[in-house]
Amino acid sequence: MAQAHADADKYYIPHSSPWPIYGSITLFTLMSGAIATLDGWLPAYALIPGFVMLALLFVFWFHTVIAENQAGIYNMAVDRSFRMGMMWFIFSEVMFFAAFFGALFYARNFSVPWLAGDGVKIFSKLLLWNNYDGVWPTNGPGVVGGKADGTFEIVPALGLPALNTAILLTSSVTVTIAHHALLTGHRGRLKIFLALTFLLGFTFVGFQAFEYHEAYTELGLRLGTGIYGSTFFMLTGFHGMHVTVGAIMLTVIWFRVMKGHFTPKRHFGFEAVAWYWHFVDVVWLGLFTFVYWL
Amino acid sequence: MAYAQANDTAHHDDHHDQPATGIKRWLFATNHKDIGTMYLVFSLIMFFIGGAMAMVIRAELFQPGLQLVDPVLFNQLTTNHALVMIFGAVMPAFVGLANWMIPMQIGAPDMALPRMNNFSFWILPFAFTLLLSTFLVPGGAAAGGWTLYPPLSLQTGDSFPMLIFAIHMMGISSIMGAINVIVTIMNMRAPGMNLLRMPLFTWSWLITAYLLIAVMPVLAGAVTMLLTDHFFGTSFFNAAGGGDPIMFEHIFWFFGHPEVYIMVLPAFGIISEILPTFSRKPLFGATSMIYAIASIAFLSFIVWGHHMFVDGMPLAAQLFYMMSTMLIAVPTGVKVFNWTATMWRGSLSFEPPMLFALAFLFLFSIGGFSGLMLAIVPADFQYNQTYFVVAHFHYVLVPGAIFGIMAGVYYWLPKWTGHMYNMTLAKAHFWLSAIFVNVLFFPQHFLGLAGMPRRIPDYAVQFTDWNMVSSIGGFFFGASQILFAIVVVQCARGGKKATSIVWEGTHPTGLEWTLPSPAPYHSFSTAPEIP
Amino acid sequence: MGGRRTGGRRTGAWTRAFCLAALSVVAGAHANTSNGYNLPLGVTGLSRDIYALHMEVFWICVAIAVGVFGVMIYALVKFRHSQGAVPDTTLVHSTKVEIIWTVIPVIILVAMAIPAAKVILMMEDTRNSELSIRVTAYQWKWQYQYMDAAEGVNFFSTLARDSNFARQLRSGIDPKSVENYLLDVDHPMVIPSGTKVRLLLTSEDVIHAWWVPDFGAKRAAVPGFVNELWFKVDPGKEGIYRGQCTSLCGRDHGFMPIVVDVRTPDDFKKWVDEQKAAVKQAAAHAAAPPPTAQVLSTATN
Ligand code: HEA
Ligand code: HEA
Ligand code: CUA
Ligand SMILES: [Cu+2]
Repeated sequence: MAQAHADADKYYIPHSSPWPIYGSITLFTLMSGAIATLDGWLPAYALIPGFVMLALLFVFWFHTVIAENQAGIYNMAVDRSFRMGMMWFIFSEVMFFAAFFGALFYARNFSVPWLAGDGVKIFSKLLLWNNYDGVWPTNGPGVVGGKADGTFEIVPALGLPALNTAILLTSSVTVTIAHHALLTGHRGRLKIFLALTFLLGFTFVGFQAFEYHEAYTELGLRLGTGIYGSTFFMLTGFHGMHVTVGAIMLTVIWFRVMKGHFTPKRHFGFEAVAWYWHFVDVVWLGLFTFVYWL
Repeated sequence: MAYAQANDTAHHDDHHDQPATGIKRWLFATNHKDIGTMYLVFSLIMFFIGGAMAMVIRAELFQPGLQLVDPVLFNQLTTNHALVMIFGAVMPAFVGLANWMIPMQIGAPDMALPRMNNFSFWILPFAFTLLLSTFLVPGGAAAGGWTLYPPLSLQTGDSFPMLIFAIHMMGISSIMGAINVIVTIMNMRAPGMNLLRMPLFTWSWLITAYLLIAVMPVLAGAVTMLLTDHFFGTSFFNAAGGGDPIMFEHIFWFFGHPEVYIMVLPAFGIISEILPTFSRKPLFGATSMIYAIASIAFLSFIVWGHHMFVDGMPLAAQLFYMMSTMLIAVPTGVKVFNWTATMWRGSLSFEPPMLFALAFLFLFSIGGFSGLMLAIVPADFQYNQTYFVVAHFHYVLVPGAIFGIMAGVYYWLPKWTGHMYNMTLAKAHFWLSAIFVNVLFFPQHFLGLAGMPRRIPDYAVQFTDWNMVSSIGGFFFGASQILFAIVVVQCARGGKKATSIVWEGTHPTGLEWTLPSPAPYHSFSTAPEIP
Repeated sequence: MGGRRTGGRRTGAWTRAFCLAALSVVAGAHANTSNGYNLPLGVTGLSRDIYALHMEVFWICVAIAVGVFGVMIYALVKFRHSQGAVPDTTLVHSTKVEIIWTVIPVIILVAMAIPAAKVILMMEDTRNSELSIRVTAYQWKWQYQYMDAAEGVNFFSTLARDSNFARQLRSGIDPKSVENYLLDVDHPMVIPSGTKVRLLLTSEDVIHAWWVPDFGAKRAAVPGFVNELWFKVDPGKEGIYRGQCTSLCGRDHGFMPIVVDVRTPDDFKKWVDEQKAAVKQAAAHAAAPPPTAQVLSTATN
């Protein structure tokens, strides 16, 4: 272990690091695998190297950073940089979701009504899509996807999605309690509530998987079910991926807590994950409102 | 093993003030100057690659009839010329300049997140390897224009996912670069360097970084939807399923319009540094310059529809986008007027950076004026998708963004290398560039107005003359850029020693001029005193 | 050869280009064509409105440019270090002038926006059209299906054969030897003058765009949607007008021109009757198809 110590007015600049270039190669491998798979050059196992490298990347890189942190190399300024970095990263994620929410709004307020002859696009209906009524949810005037007869059902908001909302909201509370416990030095409470949080997270993902299964097998609701299926699965899917990642990060943080990491004053890792978790939560509220409910 | 090694290096950090040797210095770099250099070198290479594509385009367009390339290859070249120039040349050049100059201008030892800094650079060579290798796969490179409009872009062959993932990688790189800039500026300023004292280049980059973080993820979303429409049967851009091809245009231009300011705001910053220096007089209205940049950035989010007037847009939207677009002329005008006022009653000398800054001033304005004409909806119905648009955006991009970058390089190069460069050669580069860029792009206004559409490999014979003029201008402009490479390489290798202030007899402001030339490996290990 | 001028008038383009003062005069003299470096005045009310707007905005920009560049050049000449100019370092700020040069541009912009808005309102008003034509774009041809009084007329329009031969890579044919190189089609769209014609544009594959500069008319053809567009060619301006697809649509984007043959309403009626008769005849033939029918129909496509 490195023995250097935090020097309050020295901003730590790592001298050199192999992880960034390794990370770039990882990304390249991952992308190449995806390309080879999508283009049918190779079977899907072409993705494996990339994912393995990616997992190792996180292990190595975070290990280095955690070790440096534990060794006390980082002063408060470094800590602040990490926090700001995390905040802006989350903001960029928000914008990524915004693109898909934008697609949903556009489809509901513009393209679907237009296809049904609304406003200036009256001829779209008259000439091209004579029988289209443009009622949401829809798989479009061409009746794309769905069951054999082209119909499909949607997941009612008040079933699993409502339960999942409750789960995520609860997990948001538990992570806040855990944070509080960390600040006030109640390590026992911290461990329990943090564990609860990621358990709730994984439960959410489980329910979501169940819901997807239902949708695919029973409801005729698939990724290819017109614009409804597209927006539904892309939004909930990306969200689900983020929940999964978040829950894994919470688990990692929990192990760190068990190892005695973090102090009431210095716990960037914990906070970053907690922020991320809140972000995932807020996105879900948007999803619940605009995808399932309204 | 590797892990132990990493900790080992951490151990040594306190007493490392010299760069590592050999290839590791670059592969494992965490130093802002090394990374800045890599960005700049990469950008120059990409400028030449993108430029070489443009030369083929101009050669094909030299006369009517198809002589060199078939239409598909022509479209591939146009598409990739734009992608390489925008994502490979201009943006990395600005990030390179940011890396070099921001820590020096705010009195910081380095960028805030050095590892991430290296990561964001090293993604780029891989991303462009992917992008450029699309020329080799079945079906060839993407040929649907840099705007990637579906359904056409969905007709791309095997290179389709390569294109999408290359763009994803560029986006990841840009976002990390932008986060680093914001964090550096917000967290690493020397005590006393409050925001309003910050040099204009740093300011312009701060705002640019916000733009980047806000719009690059949206581009990622847009191309992800393309990917799923292509491979997984989604209907985002398919009317039969309830989607709309025009929806892509909205999402793309929500990114695309701020993107064009991403490519020019840092140049504004550079010009605001150079003009005062060689006018020997402080920048006029520095505070309103900052507000002007911020207003431009804000407005850039609400004008995207001006790229889509002819694509079928409700009346109210046409009016809204026209007026919001026109409004951008106001803050941009404030900048132009303040620059002019900076020179007013100054004492001007004409070193290469100043020459490029002046050319920027005149020629960017011309590009801005044609932009304003494009904003007039009825007129845009005639201009849209013609060479008038091509002329507009090359005026703001080449004598705008590219000249801005060159002005910056000529301004700070001695600070980086410790040597003065060959002024005669640099001036020759300037005059050739400034003259031929106009021969190259001015006639394209005429072509567009006379009715020549863009993105065509062959044209009706009445367009021959101006195309010939434009191509000749293009060849000479391209050849002149070789001088730039020569000046830079010579300067890196040696030359007259530069003093710390570099521009003796002028008054450059900014902390970078308090450091010796070449600047020490770690810029400000201890925070400087801000007067 | 009515409307658009053809090649061959290129000599002297250089000199003409710099006679900007004579610009509008020249454009007027060659009404309904472009003079090679400016927008055409065109043959519809709309195209003339656009031309007027274009020139107005252009001259405003020129005036601003002369002013701003004039000041810059004056400064460059007057305040040279080499001529011993001494900088006035107190001149760093003036709220008054900054307000002036914010407000004046706003006023100028408003003055530009108002007439522009009026023209937009007119462009978007497709009501009371007298003839509608459904235009469908394909990679790489146009289909014109007439509606209203000409219902039943329906044909495809593709690049003329001469141009198509000459435009092949290294064809060895000099484009200048081909009449209306790249701007000619096998079957032009025929419309009556003095009539409000509305196009209903759509596409079967990718986005295309229909443009005839002399009509001031351009609009995208988007698959799955219908965009509208109208124009009314002045009586007395009958002739041939040419344009091109202006939305990148793949390999032959540069090779799907548009040709409009404007006739007097009477001649147009005659043409419609001929077409209808031909359709009838073809239908009769189709009942007992001659052995060459297939070849024929592909040839006309
Ligand atoms: C650096 C890049 C850059 C910059 C800065 C700009 C600046 C502007 N652009 Fe441009 N633009 C592009 C890059 C850029 N653009 C690109 C790449 C495209 C094409 C994309 C594609 O289709 O491939 C494009 C296309 C484009 C279009 C779409 C055209 C079409 O496809 O039909 C429009 C339409 O409104 C437009 C408008 C403007 C305006 C109003 C400005 C304004 O910001 C300009 C403001 C500046 C001035 C006006 C000059 C200085 C001001 C004064 C001296 C003050 C006084 C002036 C007045 C009161 C008039 N641009
Ligand atoms: C920052 C962006 C940027 C830059 C710098 C440039 C620079 C240039 N561009 Fe381009 N361009 C775009 C962005 C840019 N462009 C975009 C966005 C499009 C639209 C694409 C689309 O439609 O989708 C476009 C499209 C475009 C077209 C229209 C194509 C079409 O519509 O069919 C043309 C045609 O003339 C062109 C030309 C040029 C030329 C001659 C240069 C020159 O300035 C380049 C000069 C540089 C060099 C030449 C390299 C250096 C020198 C050498 C390599 C040495 C060898 C050379 C010789 C010996 C001569 N560009
Ligand atoms: Cu059809 Cu371009
Ligand atoms: Cu724009």
